[in-house]
Amino acid sequence: MKRRKETYWWLSVLSIVLFVAVWWFCCDVLKLTKSSTLPGPITIAETFIKKLTSTAPDGATLPQHIFSSLKIALGGWAMGILIGTPLGIFMAWYKKVDLFVRPLFDLLRPVPGLAWIPLMIILFGIGLTPKIVTVFLSAFVPCVVNSYTGIRQTKDVHLWVGQTFGASDTQMLVHIAIPTALPLIMTGVRVALGAAWTCIVAAEMLASTMGLGYMIQQARGIYRPDIIICGMIGIGAIGAVFSGVLSLIENKIVKGVRRDG
Amino acid sequence: MSREMIVCKNLEKTFETSRGPVPVIDNVTLHVQENELLVLFGPGQCGKSTMINCMSGLEPATGGSVEVSGKPVEKPGPDRGVVYQRMALFPWLTVMGNVEYGPKVRGIPKKERRERAQHYIELVGLKGFENSYPNQLSGGMQQRVGIARAYCNEPDVLFMDEPFGHLDAQTRYLMQEDLMKIWEREKRTVVFVTNNIEEAIYLADRIVVMTNCPTRIKKEYVIDLPRPRNYVDKEFLRLREEISAVVDKAL
Repeated sequence: MKRRKETYWWLSVLSIVLFVAVWWFCCDVLKLTKSSTLPGPITIAETFIKKLTSTAPDGATLPQHIFSSLKIALGGWAMGILIGTPLGIFMAWYKKVDLFVRPLFDLLRPVPGLAWIPLMIILFGIGLTPKIVTVFLSAFVPCVVNSYTGIRQTKDVHLWVGQTFGASDTQMLVHIAIPTALPLIMTGVRVALGAAWTCIVAAEMLASTMGLGYMIQQARGIYRPDIIICGMIGIGAIGAVFSGVLSLIENKIVKGVRRDG
Repeated sequence: MSREMIVCKNLEKTFETSRGPVPVIDNVTLHVQENELLVLFGPGQCGKSTMINCMSGLEPATGGSVEVSGKPVEKPGPDRGVVYQRMALFPWLTVMGNVEYGPKVRGIPKKERRERAQHYIELVGLKGFENSYPNQLSGGMQQRVGIARAYCNEPDVLFMDEPFGHLDAQTRYLMQEDLMKIWEREKRTVVFVTNNIEEAIYLADRIVVMTNCPTRIKKEYVIDLPRPRNYVDKEFLRLREEISAVVDKAL
């Protein structure tokens, strides 16, 4: 398996190259679209490089927008993990916590992060707070759900082993249930990051003065599809880097579990 | 003979299910001597594992009493080790991590428990695999880790619940042979559950034949063939035939 992966890595590069080539061919060679509706990849690259240092036309450079979005997304995400994961673990392990928290959680869970935005704007205005809270809520839910499910997957026979060795309830939680749940907890963390990132961009489109979502929304107003696409590339690239980094961390942390693919 | 390690008196276990009570163990009285290797032998899936669970304390008996080294059994404890059928190793821990787990729970300092774990890992023939994870080992090797883990906690009594049930025939013979060697080097009181007649005769000091569902004692055989035993020895084959004839036929 490993060998095949190494030999055919170019297939993964090919898909991106091919996509850009088709795009270029349609826009710059065949000129199927006007550059004011869908510009070709060369124009985009030029805008991208310009936007790295230029604040026109939306008041900030691309790195500044990215930094602004990242700050809020990562802040809300971290809060979601720190509160959501332990809550999910306690709900799964302690029946009473489950009974107490579950009805509330089940009510909140189906409400998508974005649906919180209007209320948050009324409550907190359009500053940092409403966005952090919204991102937190959308990252929180997958953390709770995954850690809960993970703990519930603990095998009875493993708990028996713990009991016959005289482990206390807390020892069994820490030594047996949490390691069992770890792969799913990590999945939750990863899903949460995706949700946080999606949520912040959307939130910025609705109410913001800074950030990638804001930049895209501004560019739409002044018919600059090249900036819109630059923003989208930024969102996509950062999201992909995140999930790559998290996969690496996951492989380091989660041991002894056979993984497919 | 030496002292009695396990005493079950009129042991009964009935499970309450939605379709009414299901009796699983029916009035079993059993004495196990110190360092005896007792085999509970019987057909089917019913009763034998529950016997182990009652004796190890995982399930409360619904009637009668169980005593291990003179103390009544109420809950699981480190004086009673269990080797399970399969998949009982912690997949997130290395071989060393699994074997030293019992002493670790009891708060034995790292250096001491590492030395002890090393001893038992070598005893079961897994020297060199200390840092492997269970999924990197074969089924037979995994069960060796299970045996080392139970031994490492130095219990008074070891329960083995069909530990070789899922191994292929070749590995199974090998494991029986090795278990015999381990047991002769480090004597323990062992209660071994199996539904394989060859395995029972090969290992046992004494075989208790159980009936199927609800389980009770049907007959007892003291096996005093010299060890290591030969599967095709005349007396071995005669015993095999005799005991097979006594056993309930279960599907």
